Amino acid sequence: MDDFLLRALLAGLGVALVAGPLGSFVVWRRMAYFGDTLAHAALLGVALGFLLEFNANIGVIIVCVVLALMLVALQQQQRLASDTLLGILSHTTLSLGLIAIAFMETVRIDLMSYLFGDILTVTTTDLYWIWGCAAVALAVLIAIWRPLLAITVHEELAQVEGVPVTRIRLALMLLMAVVIAVSMKVVGILLITSLLVIPAATARTFARNPEQMAVLAATVGCVAVSGGLSASLQWDLPAGPAIVVSAALLFFISHLWWNRRERASS
Amino acid sequence: MANELLLETSDISLSLQGKLILDSVDLAVHRGEIVTLIGPNGAGKSTLVRVVLGLIKANRGEVKITPGVRIGYMPQRLTIDPVLPLTVRRFLTLACRCTEGKLVEILTETGATHLLDSPMQTLSGGETQRVLLARALLRDPDLLILDEPVQGVDVTGQEELYKLISNIRKHHRCGILMISHDLHMVMSATDRVLCLNRHVCCSGHPDTVRVDPSYVALFGRIPTLMPYSHHHDHSHNVHGDVVQSDDEHKGCNHG
Repeated sequence: MDDFLLRALLAGLGVALVAGPLGSFVVWRRMAYFGDTLAHAALLGVALGFLLEFNANIGVIIVCVVLALMLVALQQQQRLASDTLLGILSHTTLSLGLIAIAFMETVRIDLMSYLFGDILTVTTTDLYWIWGCAAVALAVLIAIWRPLLAITVHEELAQVEGVPVTRIRLALMLLMAVVIAVSMKVVGILLITSLLVIPAATARTFARNPEQMAVLAATVGCVAVSGGLSASLQWDLPAGPAIVVSAALLFFISHLWWNRRERASS
Repeated sequence: MANELLLETSDISLSLQGKLILDSVDLAVHRGEIVTLIGPNGAGKSTLVRVVLGLIKANRGEVKITPGVRIGYMPQRLTIDPVLPLTVRRFLTLACRCTEGKLVEILTETGATHLLDSPMQTLSGGETQRVLLARALLRDPDLLILDEPVQGVDVTGQEELYKLISNIRKHHRCGILMISHDLHMVMSATDRVLCLNRHVCCSGHPDTVRVDPSYVALFGRIPTLMPYSHHHDHSHNVHGDVVQSDDEHKGCNHG
């Protein structure tokens, strides 16, 4: 296998491994739109990174965290529903990012690669970032797994039982920010949420408990990445979208199978 | 110590959006007693419980929980998204890392052992209440706080649940604070009734409260021969407003 293909595969697998379990929480807590909003803001982070001359990953993480905190604060008000707020912020930040990048005349940025991913140009440094961040994110997720699951099931009950709700929710936001930052290279800003949501939704069909669903989602993600990359190689497809489509195919197959089984058992 | 004080609130007052919800409420629960909060919709019962639990802060007044007292809480409702695969066993072990023996022991007590491996989403109203009660008991509580424990349960099921709660008080030697809508049945299962309508209208032994003028003004007299009971076709959110219930028929699900 060529070096660049191996790097692409490793990058995709690294992202899929952490996106699966984290994506399960996105699905359980109905945060898909929230993830989308954070992802859209990532472009602003890239611009910030270039402007202040530090790593784009750090820029993305900073912007995502600030936005997540803003959202939590804004959700305290009662005037606008959450999804309206997310709709406003999501597109405003994306537009701001596009404008900021257009203004930077000294650097040439391949916008398409940020919007839809550029997994075939992953460098060794990128790989360190992806696997480093994925490992830390997974470790944190495992550490807070039980309290996070408890507040997902019933937040007030968990709070009475002594779970530090605010801190756990902040940790989840941070994890989302980190995972979005490292997924950008693989599928791009506009497609990141699909890596969180589709493998988890596919895994639901087969899972009997939350942990199984998380592990299965990671597995489905890895299969989707491998399938998407092979298809991209075979038919010269854009790699990021190919990965998303192969995840979607797995989702449809799993649900067809599920429906048949339901019908057979009833 | 049979009469150890577990919880005491003094002068709790709370306004939400300019509306007075709780007005100078005093409340005390001792070990081994069952105190029931009753009151019309929007009387502030759930709000008072949430203040006691520390989920919301009162504008004025104080909640004193005796140091070392552990609280077991049973929320009013629990809806788990079907996308979350969760069995009763996993739901219960979210509260504590307890042994299989303890799980079975508590579930036997609440009469829900057979549900241990069922998905939470398949439980009927009464079964959900028994599982929620088990989760509260797994924490070895000194004080149990139950928010409408018989909600969504049919009349015979309600009677059984109240009997169960009464047994729990004896067996675990804990104090119980509960909210109830159903006036008649709860009267026989309780030591002290607190009739709440923003402020405490009257309180005391059920027999005393039953004939108290302010109680009668709120609820009307309960006929002695024909037990009063009514069914809800709606439920209430934390503000006491009526909201459409999605489990109207859970009570009649006998499997």
